[in-house]
Amino acid sequence: MEKIHKQAVIIGGGPGGLAAAVELKKKGIQDILIIEREHCLGGILRQCIHDGFGLTRFGETLSGPEYAQRFIDEAREAGIEASVDTTVIGLDRDRTVTAVSRKGLVQYQADAVILTMGCRERTRGALSIPGERPSGVFTAGVAQAYINLKNKMIGRRAVILGSGDIGMIMARRLTLEGAKVDAVFEIQPYASGLPRNIQQCLKDYGIPLYLSHTVTKIIGEGRLRAVEVSRVDENLKPIPGTEKEYPCDTLILSVGLIPENELSLMAGVELDPRTRGAVVDEFYQTNVSGIFAAGNVLHVHDLVDFVSLEAERLARSVASFLEEGLPGAGIQVETGGYVGYTVPQKITGRQDAVLSFRPRRPLRGACVEIRQDGVCLVKKKYPRLLPAEMETITLPASKLISDSSIKVVTSGE
Amino acid sequence: MIQTYDVLIVGAGVIGCSVARELSRYRLSVCVAEKGPDICMETSSRNSAVLHAGYNNRPGSKMARFCVEGNRSFDEIAAELDIPYKRTGKFVVGFTGEDMEALRKLKEQGEKNGIRGMEIVGRDFMDKKAPLIKGNFAMWSPTTAILSPFQFTFGMAENAAENGVRFFCDSEVTAISLEEDGLYTVSTKGGQCRARWIINCAGLWADRIASMLGMDDYTIYPCRGEYYLLDKKLKDTLPLPAYPVPNYKTGGLGIHLTPTLDGNIMVGPSTEYIEKRGNYATTREIMDLLIRDGSRIYPYLKQEYFIRNFAGIRPKLVPKEKGGYHDFVIERRKDTAPHAINLVGIESPGLTSAVPIAKEVVRLMREAEDLRENPGFRPVRRRFPTFRDKSPEEQAELIRQNPDYGEVVCRCETITKAEVLHAIGGPLGARTVTGVKYRCRAMMGRCQGGYCQTRITELLMREKGIPPEKLIYGRRGSYIFTGEVRG
Repeated sequence: MEKIHKQAVIIGGGPGGLAAAVELKKKGIQDILIIEREHCLGGILRQCIHDGFGLTRFGETLSGPEYAQRFIDEAREAGIEASVDTTVIGLDRDRTVTAVSRKGLVQYQADAVILTMGCRERTRGALSIPGERPSGVFTAGVAQAYINLKNKMIGRRAVILGSGDIGMIMARRLTLEGAKVDAVFEIQPYASGLPRNIQQCLKDYGIPLYLSHTVTKIIGEGRLRAVEVSRVDENLKPIPGTEKEYPCDTLILSVGLIPENELSLMAGVELDPRTRGAVVDEFYQTNVSGIFAAGNVLHVHDLVDFVSLEAERLARSVASFLEEGLPGAGIQVETGGYVGYTVPQKITGRQDAVLSFRPRRPLRGACVEIRQDGVCLVKKKYPRLLPAEMETITLPASKLISDSSIKVVTSGE
Repeated sequence: MIQTYDVLIVGAGVIGCSVARELSRYRLSVCVAEKGPDICMETSSRNSAVLHAGYNNRPGSKMARFCVEGNRSFDEIAAELDIPYKRTGKFVVGFTGEDMEALRKLKEQGEKNGIRGMEIVGRDFMDKKAPLIKGNFAMWSPTTAILSPFQFTFGMAENAAENGVRFFCDSEVTAISLEEDGLYTVSTKGGQCRARWIINCAGLWADRIASMLGMDDYTIYPCRGEYYLLDKKLKDTLPLPAYPVPNYKTGGLGIHLTPTLDGNIMVGPSTEYIEKRGNYATTREIMDLLIRDGSRIYPYLKQEYFIRNFAGIRPKLVPKEKGGYHDFVIERRKDTAPHAINLVGIESPGLTSAVPIAKEVVRLMREAEDLRENPGFRPVRRRFPTFRDKSPEEQAELIRQNPDYGEVVCRCETITKAEVLHAIGGPLGARTVTGVKYRCRAMMGRCQGGYCQTRITELLMREKGIPPEKLIYGRRGSYIFTGEVRG
């Protein structure tokens, strides 16, 4: 089968892919193709009709579609080619991209492949919630798509499991559309979404948030009739005797997002079990030469602004890769203490590196250190660290004392 | 005018559909009354999807005879109806001397049932076939196969429909009366009809239908089996079904591991006698048990691989106190109901035995009357071409012929719009989300419809003209929408 050559093929036309495309073009890369499975560019932002996007990137607050439109307009003005209604069904190590649309099956040979496929939602099955199998159990994103894109109302009385941002936003959305939202239950002893969403989506509407609680049974033969909720102990195990039934016809699950790396795996990209995204260096290059990743497919972000900024950094390194090649990264970045993960997971040591990370639990007055050979290279204080909020720490290249691995840790203060 | 049929079959599970297809070979007007909104909704779609060899059943029993025959003759029906299956063989694994003794007896029983090729094998043989399965030795059963119970049931139903059988869903039988003219009048929730013959294939509700036919002596004891379904990532770790040594007293074959044709793995089923027949709930206690017992023979039962839990229900004729199995009841009572065939207690190995059971039904009918062959009977049914298992060249060709193949609806399983539209618009097309899923596999992958559910509901409403608040997920009352957000 004949292959079409492209300098850069971007898989996924959401915020990550769009920002990467626009920045690549600015860097002088001409031959770019965005492949998008939906009919329109913009990705998941199309269904995020609430505001709050863009404060970091644009200094103003926008709705999801408005935020996406800025990049879509830029991409269009820059003359960037995009294939919509097109699904990538294959990706090889040699950067062959196989895509299908109504027009047919096409194979591209790309010099660089940029993975910006985003993430998917964790489901009831992944959590193994016991009980019957009625309708009325929706992941938050599916509920959002039905209401905001398909104009379908999904229920009248809802309970929400998980305090992820989309779940809280759907609590508000359902309330605004006339449904009664009785409560949000979170299995952890702390909220997993952003503080601003707890305020604006729950507190402002009088919706209670119960921490250390989870749904232990789903009840209803045809449609959901009720859920049984239990308090959990410190090991997150339900405590017998604390069961309480909540009548409802709708259960919204906002229980985590998983980077969608099925294509990455086809190409032999190595994944980090902590982020479930690719292992990358500071250029966002994976272990497969010429395959790069950024945005939610790399690690789940809390703000789209950070997705765009990350994808723009990726685009600059892809431009360098295409023009002069990139050096290999030999210094592993390890984690310790309450630092859950970092991106990148390896660095060259030749330039200053910005490491993104999240703590595994909320911390007040925490101190994060970067160590090498037992020596503290950088130390940064944070008044508070939340798993919901991604943080960064910068490592100047001049601070490195050897080529051995570095470790990012919370220090005991 | 009330329609009169030669034969009315109650229940459109694998047995009802097999009987329907078998009867469509003859000059008979046949209809099937199904209580649920779709066919293949209960036990037939909720099991281990194994074509059993037949060594588990008592020599001389109908179970043994029909299971062995069903296994042996499956190649033929699979070729006619294009049913995917694979003769993987199977291990029943053992650890102790006691297990060895039990496996020897099992092998002996199988040989009495006429099965060839069974062997007691050691670790070397196991390592060649399936190195990750635990156990010190095993009984090897080469004829055991895995199949798609969905394709098997739908294949027979579609072929029956093509040969003139009519299917009525949402038609729960509520009363049967034998009139003076010798015909039955059957009342269903979908309307009334008359029939000369009634074939009771009602599975979990077969005792109730038997009682409507004047046979009050059966009680079905529903016995639930819960399962875990695991991610395809584990595809290469389990090439064939692995079972523990069965304890027949429990009424099941023990918690086993079965690969599906599509690369997933099923763990289960449990054996829980329950009160309510339609209760497909899964429970925390059993989920924990499945992991504990399953881990004895397979190492990867970890949360990161779980994609779904489900349950099936065995229509057993023996209560918990008694335990074990009762043979299939397939009878014609010349005195009380000479024109009714009663099939009760069709539990495992019912799926494997479906075709021989249908042939037995024909034999019993022939005791009462001559059946004339239907010269127009067409035995062949072809599956709608699937996109995912083709080469890029073939895929390109499919899209050229039908551009709907170029739209991938279900990302995880690579199911295209062409296949979804066929599931909806083909013979006996789906009207529910579950119906689409069972026919074409969309939504069966790891995201469980997170990406494609909104598309599938839209296509169903559009193609079938269903208003949003009338669309159901699968079971009766399982509405998805309360209406539109903005009118």
